[in-house]
Amino acid sequence: MTVGQLSRQCILAAGLLLALPALADETGPLAVVPKPRAEANPEFGCVRPEEDMRKHHMDYLMVHRDDTLRRGIRTRDFSLAECVNCHITPKPDGQYARFGEKEHFCSSCHTYAAVRIDCFECHRDTPDPEKVRETAQQNPHRGLAADSNHPAGIMPVSATVGEAR
Amino acid sequence: MDKKSNQTDQARRRFFGQVAAVASLTVAPGVILQQVAHARSPEEPASDKNRWGILINTNKCAEGCDACVTACQDEYGWGPNGPETRSSDLQKAQWIRKVKLTDKQTGHVQTLPLMCQHCEHPPCVDVCPTGASMKRADGIVLVDKHICIGCRYCMMACPYKARSFIHEELHDQKVNAPRGKGTVESCTLCVQRVDAGRQPACVEACPEQAMIFGDLKDPESAISRELRENGGEQIRADLGLNTGIRYQGL
Amino acid sequence: MKKIRYSTIKGNSAGYLALLALLGAFAGAGLVAAYFMEHYGHYITGMNNQIVWGTPHVFAVFLIVAASGALNTASIASVFSKTAYKPLARLSGLLAIALLAGGLMILVLDLGRADRLVVAMTYYNFKSIFAWNIILYNGFFLLVAIYLWTMMDPTMSRYTKTAGVAAFVWRLILTTGTGSIFGFLVARLAYNEAIMAPLFIVMSFAFGLAILILVTMAACKWTGRPLGDALMRRLKNLLGVFIAGTLLLLLAYHLTKLYITQYHGVEAFILRDGGVYTQLFWLGWILLGSLVPLAIVYHPAWGKNRSLIGFAATLVILGGLAAMYVIIIGGQAYPLLIFPGKEVVSSFSDGVINSYTPSLPEFALGVGGFAVALIIVALAVKVLQFLPESLADEVVDPHHK
Ligand code: HEC
Ligand code: HEC
Ligand code: HEC
Repeated sequence: MTVGQLSRQCILAAGLLLALPALADETGPLAVVPKPRAEANPEFGCVRPEEDMRKHHMDYLMVHRDDTLRRGIRTRDFSLAECVNCHITPKPDGQYARFGEKEHFCSSCHTYAAVRIDCFECHRDTPDPEKVRETAQQNPHRGLAADSNHPAGIMPVSATVGEAR
Repeated sequence: MDKKSNQTDQARRRFFGQVAAVASLTVAPGVILQQVAHARSPEEPASDKNRWGILINTNKCAEGCDACVTACQDEYGWGPNGPETRSSDLQKAQWIRKVKLTDKQTGHVQTLPLMCQHCEHPPCVDVCPTGASMKRADGIVLVDKHICIGCRYCMMACPYKARSFIHEELHDQKVNAPRGKGTVESCTLCVQRVDAGRQPACVEACPEQAMIFGDLKDPESAISRELRENGGEQIRADLGLNTGIRYQGL
Repeated sequence: MKKIRYSTIKGNSAGYLALLALLGAFAGAGLVAAYFMEHYGHYITGMNNQIVWGTPHVFAVFLIVAASGALNTASIASVFSKTAYKPLARLSGLLAIALLAGGLMILVLDLGRADRLVVAMTYYNFKSIFAWNIILYNGFFLLVAIYLWTMMDPTMSRYTKTAGVAAFVWRLILTTGTGSIFGFLVARLAYNEAIMAPLFIVMSFAFGLAILILVTMAACKWTGRPLGDALMRRLKNLLGVFIAGTLLLLLAYHLTKLYITQYHGVEAFILRDGGVYTQLFWLGWILLGSLVPLAIVYHPAWGKNRSLIGFAATLVILGGLAAMYVIIIGGQAYPLLIFPGKEVVSSFSDGVINSYTPSLPEFALGVGGFAVALIIVALAVKVLQFLPESLADEVVDPHHK
């Protein structure tokens, strides 16, 4: 594990701890049915530990898509729409990288691993303008565009994340 | 459900869901408010205790008004402003359409919205070779586009021509309506709205309140009461499909 | 009666290579068309949300129907012990497999998501006739292959009859299944009729036999194998019986429909007012595809003329394609009856005759399927012993002196 990854894991863990009281706060007296929400990390940890996601994201996605579409279960952890809201790559021109461009989070490894996925023939490959999770600077998946200066104009985190929660 | 609660944000919907969960433990069944009974918590699957339907009063449906159609287009991004740019008009998808009927004998004219009728015995589901055409436990008929192979047999089988095929590659779909080349689609009864305890977009948009959405299995729901008191017909009832969409004044 | 001897063809003549090149060109064009349809989407075709099955399906259903019919000659030989047809049994089995493969290729390549073929093979909805057909097609390949094996391997010959019966029964079910794809569509006024299944079965007899006659004639001519009059006489008479049978069931079909008021509109459309569909029905299917060939095969002089018999078989094939066009596309062109007793207007072509203009890619794909089937035959007869060395009268007819 590299130092970077280690620190990210720490941030993730810290975020989880931070998120718990926030959760209790929101639901108030209803805390009798607390729901662990791994994603609710203000520091943008992934919905499951990174290592797990790297290995098993396809399984999670495949199970979740049947759960959602066929059974109506609409939890957010493995929602493809949510992956795309967090894992964004803003480009200098103010647009987001699209699936197929190597900067796009879901293209990056797949191109390398020669995996072909058809998900984005139907699913939107850029974030929901109202739910996009990060500013360019805070996005953990800035990808290749990370170094270029991203112009302003993306929803401020505080507003969007708070609301979506 | 009134306008205001339709506009509640997700947080409040979740809140309601939790209220419902708690309330149903503490309050006697039946006392729960109807709108709260709609809301399921996200991890709870759709249940066959519900059967969702819409009752449409054609007498209130105004000729020339297509608010329901445009609402659907806005919600899901199909239609003239949608991403289908290369398909001919005959090839573009239509999830819901306004139909004008003239009685051949009396000349009486009426209009009504026509979409997937969410049959209890849907022919599209029977014919689909892969099981992509499916009916959810709560009676909503959907296309599981993940396993749709685009054979279009369901389109041949549907007595209402409710389904469309996507004839070209699409981009910039709406988040809540993944749609793409080579698969079949149709009205989903706004399934993700229903799952969140909201009403379908067309019902909400109707300026005449000509549509009532609700649970056909709940005898106390507005739709069941209205059906009991004033009746409602199915289109092509002779086919015995027991549709979830009913019409008054046909 | 002499022992039947089979042999492969040499397959190195300029003619053979030219044939392969020609067929290859058509097949290639079909594949290119399919690629375009997959890549750009079906908007490049004439198919739309009203006419959802178009020209590819006309060719595909024709080939699939003809495939089961092509097996008929083999069945007559081994199931009904008519030895005169025995020399053709292998070719008949080969044609059955080849035609089915060609037809299925078209169907698969026309799918909106042909890349999901694996899904079609792994997810089954057992209520669907279509899913049953997938199983039936695969079973057909298998059974006919076994049947061919029992015919070609002397040590297996005692199983030929069993395999033949199995394949025969299977093919009846298969064509019933294909016919039922249409027969079960409750909503479509032009279909929804139990008689669709038997109608498809007799049609399959005629189409399959017509193709077999042409292929036999061509193969014998091009490889210099004798083809006696006795066999030709039997084949063309059989073709006549099948054409007549088709006409009879077709009559029954339309009479039943005309009897029921609900169907008067669609009947009037197909039989009288349907423009291109009416023309294809009367001129294509009935006149050129049935009556003219009937006249030829039963005419005392014409019925002896090889070229005319070949012409008759060609007409049956073209008539068959016309028939499929009328059934498949004409049946969709007529509007659905959603609101009985009302005139209907909408943005989605309700209440109007749906328009459809076949496009080049669709034709290319359809013809490509034909070409693939013929390529399979041409290659197979080169590798394995499908063709009898002689179909002269003394080989075919046990009583020949
Ligand atoms: C709340 C925001 C958020 C959501 C939602 C989210 N992720 Fe992540 N994801 C992250 C963060 C933060 C990381 C770790 C930082 C990094 O890898 O740069 C991460 C890491 C990953 C990794 C490991 C990447 C690597 O560099 O090895 C994968 C794979 C991944 N996510 C997939 C997904 C998938 C699939 C989904 C949807 C089911 C999803 N994520 C949803 C924030 C999110
Ligand atoms: C042919 C179109 C199509 C393709 C291709 C497709 N999906 Fe979907 N997907 C849909 C539709 C339609 C829904 C239903 C949306 C709803 O009900 O909210 C959906 C829903 C989902 C959901 C649940 C909703 C959400 O956003 O979480 C997941 C997860 C999902 N798909 C994953 C995938 C994955 C992974 C792939 C690629 C392997 C994929 N899909 C490919 C059409 C498609
Ligand atoms: C850390 C690199 C990485 C990232 C980032 C990543 N994937 Fe993957 N993904 C893989 C690998 C590697 C495989 C192949 C696994 C295998 O074949 O066993 C895979 C496989 C898949 C599969 C299954 C494909 C198949 O047909 O088997 C899906 C679906 C998938 N990924 C979806 C996604 C989505 C959606 C995203 C973006 C949110 C994403 N992946 C991001 C590495 C990644």
